[in-house]
This record gives sequence, C-alpha cells and structure tokens, in this order.
Amino acid sequence: MTATVRIQREPFDAAAESAKLTRGRTDIGAVVTFSGICRGDENGRPIAALTLEHYPGMAEAEIERHVAEAQARWPLAGVTVIHRHGRIEPGEDIVLVVTASSHRDAAFAAAEFLMDYLKTHAPFWKQVEQAGNKSWVEPKRADDAAAGRWSTPLRGRDAAE
Amino acid sequence: MASVKLRYFAWVRERIGKPDETLDLPAEIKTVEQLIAWLGARGEEYAYAFANPKVIRAAIDHNHVRPDSTIKDAREIAFFPPMTGG
Repeated sequence: MTATVRIQREPFDAAAESAKLTRGRTDIGAVVTFSGICRGDENGRPIAALTLEHYPGMAEAEIERHVAEAQARWPLAGVTVIHRHGRIEPGEDIVLVVTASSHRDAAFAAAEFLMDYLKTHAPFWKQVEQAGNKSWVEPKRADDAAAGRWSTPLRGRDAAE
Repeated sequence: MASVKLRYFAWVRERIGKPDETLDLPAEIKTVEQLIAWLGARGEEYAYAFANPKVIRAAIDHNHVRPDSTIKDAREIAFFPPMTGG
C-alpha cells in the first residue's frame, strides 16, 4: 500500500494528490478525498486567522501510526495525509486525507477513522486570532467521542512498577 | 540522576516561558505524574503551567503516554494541552 504523510507549511493541491495516488493503478475502484478547511468563525465570532503549532517529528510519527492502523483494519490500496502548520486564513485548507481501495466502504471508513484520530491524537494546537487577540482553541467533546467510536486503546508505555 | 530533554507546547510553553530545557531528574521520579508534580514545584511559572494536571498530556520519545507511565530510559519528554489538530 502506498502511504504518504506530509506535514508542511505550504498549501496543498487535493486534486493533484488524489491523482498521484491513483495514477497507473487498475485495482482502485474508490477514492475518498477529505479536505479540512479553515472557517471564518469560531464560537460564533469572526476570526482573522488560525495559527497551528505542532510537534515536529512526533506529528509525522503519530499520523504514520494512524495510517498503519487504518491499513491493518481495512483493505487499502493507498493513503495520503497532509497536515499544514503555521498561519492559515479563512478559506484555506488545513488538512487532506485521501484513501483509496477497491471498494467504497473501506475508503469511506478509513477516511473517517483517520480524521477522528487526527482530531484527537495528532500533536497540533490551534490558536485563533479574533479582534486583535490570540487565544488557544479548546478541544471539542464531540471529537473525543468520535475517536472513541473506533475503540482503539492508546498504545504506549506500561505503568511504572 | 538521569538527564532528559523536556519540551513544552502551546500554552504550557507560554506559561513556563520556554520551549524546551534539559534537566537532571532525581532517581526517585519514576512516572509521568511524579515528574509533573516535581516540575510544578520548580517555580511560579511551572506551578501555573501544571496547575491542573488532568488537562496535561505527555509524550515520551514521540509516543503518547499515560500519567502512570514509566519515564525510565526516556530521552525526550513533552508536555502539552489536549490536541486540536485536524
């Protein structure tokens, strides 16, 4: 399975990334492309921009783990995840998830799984600029609930003895 | 004493006033939550950052860990608020 995970400052081209994934393949019958976009409001008030801080090294490693988990759960022909960081204005893309499979159920499910996990486990933190102030965005309970649906325990270190 | 690199992100970083530091940890600190308690006692800015340990998340060598996880052999320990990516 072809897996691409990139963390970058620059905007991405969703159509080009999707085309890269499928080029030359005859086994792919379904491609799901999800883009997360910066909205112009947060908590009902307009925003000037979002700034995304991230943990370089861990962000890539964590998303690669999510992709490996998706690959273990569903028959996927390819996955691309691109997550931006830095200052992002309303209307701009933040995150891209592309999943490809022979049939649509795996492609849809894997894309949703990856987004639910990105929202809760990928080390990024958003700040909003509103009315000249910058403040940290609070996580949403709905995102934790969504990730919980997939019932994968957090792997990691054992308890200390 | 074990020397370990600590990294701070988002408002944890802002409250402490620096993105990272390397510290020698006393041998009796064995878990993530013990380390948080020890850091919180280092000064006002640390106490402010770690005032509510329940909202602090941690990673060791780029892996998410729990409060009771061991810090044995850790090279890099990061502390941050709940994540808001995606």
